Amino acid sequence: MTTIAPDQVTGAPSAIGATTITPGVEREVTNSVSLRETISHTFTMAHRGLLKIKRTPEQLIDVTLQPIIFTLMFTYIFGGAIAGDVQNYLPIIIPGILVQTVISTSVVTGVQLREDMAKGVFDRFRSLPIARIAPLSGALLADTVRYLIATTLTFVMGYIMGLRPEAGVGGVIAAGLLVIVCAWSLSWIFAFFGVIARSASSVQGISMLVLFPLTFLSNAFVQPETMPAPLEWFANINPVSHLVTAVRDLVNGAGIGADFGWSLVGAAVIVAVFAPLTVRAYMRKA
Amino acid sequence: MTTFTSHDTTAGRGWAVEAEGLVKTFGSNRAVDGVDLRVATGTVYGVLGPNGAGKTTTISMLATLLRPDGGSARIFGHDVQRESQAVRQLIGVTGQYASVDETLSANENLILFSRLLGLGHSAAKRKTAELLEEFGLTEAAKRPLKNFSGGMRRRLDLAASLIAQPPLIFLDEPTTGLDPRTRAQMWETIRRLVATGSTVLLTTQYLDEADQLADRIAVIDKGRVVAEGTGDELKASVGESRLELRLVNENDRDDARVAIERVLGVAPTLSPEAGRITAPMHDPDLVADLLITLRDEGIHLAEMSVQKPTLDEVFLTLTGHGVEEDTTEASFESDAELEGSLA
Repeated sequence: MTTIAPDQVTGAPSAIGATTITPGVEREVTNSVSLRETISHTFTMAHRGLLKIKRTPEQLIDVTLQPIIFTLMFTYIFGGAIAGDVQNYLPIIIPGILVQTVISTSVVTGVQLREDMAKGVFDRFRSLPIARIAPLSGALLADTVRYLIATTLTFVMGYIMGLRPEAGVGGVIAAGLLVIVCAWSLSWIFAFFGVIARSASSVQGISMLVLFPLTFLSNAFVQPETMPAPLEWFANINPVSHLVTAVRDLVNGAGIGADFGWSLVGAAVIVAVFAPLTVRAYMRKA
Repeated sequence: MTTFTSHDTTAGRGWAVEAEGLVKTFGSNRAVDGVDLRVATGTVYGVLGPNGAGKTTTISMLATLLRPDGGSARIFGHDVQRESQAVRQLIGVTGQYASVDETLSANENLILFSRLLGLGHSAAKRKTAELLEEFGLTEAAKRPLKNFSGGMRRRLDLAASLIAQPPLIFLDEPTTGLDPRTRAQMWETIRRLVATGSTVLLTTQYLDEADQLADRIAVIDKGRVVAEGTGDELKASVGESRLELRLVNENDRDDARVAIERVLGVAPTLSPEAGRITAPMHDPDLVADLLITLRDEGIHLAEMSVQKPTLDEVFLTLTGHGVEEDTTEASFESDAELEGSLA
């Protein structure tokens, strides 16, 4: 029987030896987390995400190279065929590529979440009295840095190739923000796959299956009128089309239209559906 | 289940942990099959068992990481399922595999957890510095965790569990894989924790560790508690130590057995291979008598040793089967995959 009396305790002044802790039965505990705490936990987790990006900058390769390669490739391949020349195609294609690039970047969120969740630190997150959503929402918030990089590079490429947005810097910034907000919302879908999937590669697979129809069956690269009727119908109701149109309007000086509103509504619906689903799946997963 | 004594020694400070009939199944495996545990406030409680016995699964349920499929558990009176968020404010969990962020430094890890636990910027920094000092990690504080030794990781992990000074700390195999010196340091830390009033529930595969640290021990096997009591009671049931003899001439086996029964008053076990004889050693003083007797009778020994009781023997005695040679990692899935049946 080992009962340790305090005088047996050795060692210098210490963090654990100095004071007697408050007994468990006397502690005031609550069974809920306030909204303010939830937001604070989310930002702390986002800070962790940023530190991770800082430690492993190689994970930014995709958001760095993809905008450069895709912008060059799509513009020069399709430019002549679709708009007659590259110069006329730029105002159409840059918003399209922007949306496509940033949205496919949001897939990486799901893949990385899957890899992250396999680590032991998530056990600790689960055992802490923090908002259940925080490890997820924090990771998603930190990933907006990736969207910001992709957005900036796409516009810079466009500018180098000759795009001179009629709306000026203000329109470009507004368009960039809209795309980032929508990509963040969409990343909840891929975060959901990330939580329920067994492996990172399957997250990638499922997400691509969702992503390809969504981005290509839209007005991102071609006019929907040139598609067969069923595809045209889908392209016209596709939220991605609304987002692309909203971005084009902002960049090309047409201002804020109905598509802007629809994009935000779509984004809100996705978050409202997938955020709770994701958190619930996350809680169930041991 | 063997219960040695009633819990009348617990100064009336209440239970830190009360678990009744906890069950967790993974597919067809009953990883935890009706575990009852009661841990008195301010004590160290050891859960002893081999890999796959259900130790980690039990702790995970008590620490709100896993939802029990049956039974109930309360931490300081708060139900782990209905009041899980309240329970999380009362516990610290240190896992079998260090649950800290590998991509961050020790410093960043502790600040992260401090902030999550509601400390302000400066308070988080202060607490972090304090804990780094306490666990001898100040010099390595800014280095990436990838270069940390197992012992350093474990210390950081424990430090992270102590930020909020939780009144109940779960330690899942805190010393598995550590070298003896680091193990001794970990033991010292655990003792200091208890001195501040913390309650500690630890799991271990080592009888020695449970014996050194724990006020009470539950032996768990195949998801069931097979024995519960103080370390002394537990060991007494197996014999303090055992005497192991190897004979020069195997034909002396029966004579030797008779001599041992006569002098030590216990029945020895004969191992078929290499004429090995083992006998529980209740009174070390009698060993000298036995050796003299054997010499007088012309029974020559090739080897003689004293073995302390191992977990294997505790198991053999308590369950009728030994610890299977199973070295699979005690993940949730492989828990309770051990074969064999309870005798």
